[in-house]
Amino acid sequence: MIPRHLIIAVAVMIAVALGMSFYAWRIRGRVNRAEGPANTQPVAPPAAGPSEQVTLYVAYDDAQVLRPRAVRIPLPAGRQERAEELLQALVDLYLDKSSPHVLGPDSEIRGVYLVDPGLAVIDLNAAFANGHRSGVLIEELTMASLVGSLSANIPGISRIKILVDGKERDTLAGHVDLTNFYDVAAVNQLVAQLQNAL
Amino acid sequence: MTNSHSRTILRGLKAAQDDISLLIVTGVLTTAAVLLVAGSPDEKRISVYSNVANYSLTAVQRNNLDYIGLLELLEPLGTVSAKTSGDHWKFRYNDVESEFIAGRTRARVRGGDLDLPANFVLEKGRGLVPLSSLSTLLPRILGGPITFNQSARRLFVGNVAIHFTAQIDKTGAQKLVMNFTSPVNPTIATEPGKLRMLFTHEPVVSPGSQTLTFDSKAIPSASFQESNGAAEILVTSNTPVMASFSNDGRTITIAPPSTTSAQNQAQPQTQPANPPPPPTVVASTTAPAIAPQHVFAVIDASHGGDERGAALSDRLAEKDVTLAFARALRAEMMARGLTAQLLRDADTTLTLDQRAGMANSSGAAIYICIHASSEGNGVRLYTALVPSASDNHGPFLDWDTAQSSFQETSQVAALSVASELKNKKIPVRTFQAPLRPLNNVATAALAIEISPAAGNVSQLNAPDYEQSLASAVATGVLDIRDKLQAGSR
Repeated sequence: MIPRHLIIAVAVMIAVALGMSFYAWRIRGRVNRAEGPANTQPVAPPAAGPSEQVTLYVAYDDAQVLRPRAVRIPLPAGRQERAEELLQALVDLYLDKSSPHVLGPDSEIRGVYLVDPGLAVIDLNAAFANGHRSGVLIEELTMASLVGSLSANIPGISRIKILVDGKERDTLAGHVDLTNFYDVAAVNQLVAQLQNAL
Repeated sequence: MTNSHSRTILRGLKAAQDDISLLIVTGVLTTAAVLLVAGSPDEKRISVYSNVANYSLTAVQRNNLDYIGLLELLEPLGTVSAKTSGDHWKFRYNDVESEFIAGRTRARVRGGDLDLPANFVLEKGRGLVPLSSLSTLLPRILGGPITFNQSARRLFVGNVAIHFTAQIDKTGAQKLVMNFTSPVNPTIATEPGKLRMLFTHEPVVSPGSQTLTFDSKAIPSASFQESNGAAEILVTSNTPVMASFSNDGRTITIAPPSTTSAQNQAQPQTQPANPPPPPTVVASTTAPAIAPQHVFAVIDASHGGDERGAALSDRLAEKDVTLAFARALRAEMMARGLTAQLLRDADTTLTLDQRAGMANSSGAAIYICIHASSEGNGVRLYTALVPSASDNHGPFLDWDTAQSSFQETSQVAALSVASELKNKKIPVRTFQAPLRPLNNVATAALAIEISPAAGNVSQLNAPDYEQSLASAVATGVLDIRDKLQAGSR
C-alpha cells in the first residue's frame, strides 16, 4: 500500500514538470520569431568591408622620392586588422608589374601587432628582406614608406619595430638598421625630407 | 756582405791554391752564413708599427694557417706574462687578462668571450693565435684601434700610419717630389728604368690609388704595393734618376742627377739611382721614432672581408669601392693638412660595434662613413636618425643614442660638404638615416653614399670620379674645421 502523501507529492512534481516544459516551449517560440529565418550567407573575409580612402607613402626609385598617394581599399573594423590590410595593400602595389619600387617576389606582411599603447610591430616575411635590394637610400625608402603609411592612417602610434619572420634582424638588406625602435615623429620628418626631389 | 764572401773565398784560394777541399769547406760555410743572415726566402714576416716601437716577427704555419706567438707580438708594447695550466694558457697584457684553451676557438678576453677564426695552438708554453684573429683580438686586448692588413701582414697599432703625396715639380728639370707625414728612411735599390724604395720599418701606407701616373715624360708613373710585412714604392723613369732626402727625412726628391745635385746641394743624403747594372742596394738605417699624431678625421670604408655589401655589378662589390674611395678621401684630407685615419685599410671584417668603438676611442673631430650604390646619381649625405632609446647615465652615454649631442655639428658638416659638392656640379641630397654606426658615434658623424653621376656603374671606381668627389668632401670638411674641433671637445 503506497502512502497517500507520497502519491500527492509525485502528482505535484509531474504537474510542475509539465508546466515548466510548456513555459520553455513558449519562450523558444518567441526567440525564433525574433531571429527570423536562419542566415545562410558565408562569413565575410577579413578584408571585406566598406572601402575607405587612405594615404599611402609610395617610393619611386627613378626620382628617389616618397610621394603620398590617396587610394580606396576595403578595411575591416578592427584597428590591428586595418593596419595589416593597409600595409599589405602597399606591398601589393610594390609587387605589381608597374611598381615604382620593386620588391623581391613573394614579399609579404606577416602581421602587424599593436602590442602596447603607442607601439606597433611590423613583421615582414623572410622573402621581403632577403629579396630586397641593398643600398642606404633604397632600403630607407622602403622603411619610410611602411612607417609613414602606417602612422598616417592608424592614429596613436608613436614607436615602430620591424621584425623579419618574427625575429629581430640587424638590417633590412645590409644598411638600414632594424635593431632599434623607430620614433614615428622622427621618421615622419624623414618622410617629409624624402618627398623633396633632387 | 757579397764582397765579404768574395774576399773570404779569394783568401782561401790564395792560402791553399791546390787544396780543393779547403775551398769547398769555405764555400759551404760562406753559403751557410749568407742563408743564416738573410733568412729563408719563404719566411713570412709580420711587421708591427706603433707609437712605442716598430718591429718585425716571423709568422709560423700550423694546420695550413699562419699563426703568431701572442706573447712575442705584444711584448714590445707593454708588460706581458703567460702561465700554462694543462690546456689553458692565461695571458696578461698590462692589466688585461685573457685565457685561451689549446685546440679551441673560444677565448676569454677582458671577461668576455671571443671566437677565434681557428683553433688556439699551445706549443711548449708558447701560445699561438691565427693571424686572421688579430683584427678582432688585439682591439680587445690593447683597448684601442688597430688596422691589420692581413694579406701584406702589416699591423698598425693606433694612428701611426705615414701617408705621402707625390707630385711632379715642373719648375726647371722635372722632378718627383714625395712628401711624407713623418721622417722615412727606405732601402733604395735601382735597376734600369726603375727605382725601388722599400719601407720595412716605417708604416707607410697607400696614397689612395695603387698606381700614380704623372704628366711627365721623365717620370711617368709610380706604384705602391705591400707584401710580407713591408711597403714598396716603385718609381718608373725613362732617364737615370737619383733620390735625395730633405726636410728631416720627410721629403724625397727623385730627379735626374744634375738636377738633384744642383738643387739639393744642402741635402745631406743623396742616393744614386738608375746607374748601369748591376743593381745597387743601399742598406737602410733604423727608422726614426714616430711621434703620436692627433687624428682629425676617421674614415670608415663600410663593409669589408666576408661582408661584401651591395653587388654594384657582376664584378664590383660595394666593399671594394668604399675602400678605394676612403683612401682617396684620406689623401685629399692629408693634402689639406687634415690628419685622417682609415678604420680599415684592407679587405678586413669589422663589426659595426667595433667601428663605433674605434671611432670613439680615436678622439677624432669627425667620423665619415663611406657607402656606394649603383642606384640614383651623385652623392647622398646622411646624418643619424637617432632611435627611440633610453637616457644617458652621468658620464656614460646610451650606446644607441650616443650621437644625440653631436647631431647639430653633424648636420653642419653635411651642409658644408653638400655645398662643396654643389659647387662642383655634383648632384647631392641630404637626409637622416637609421644607419649604424652613425647613432653610436660620439663625435660629428656623417655617411656618404656615392653613386655614378651618369648612371654608369664603372664610374664608381674611376680614379677621376673618386678624386673629384673626395676633393669636394675634403674641402667641405676643411671649411668647418674649427667648428668640428670645437664640437668634439
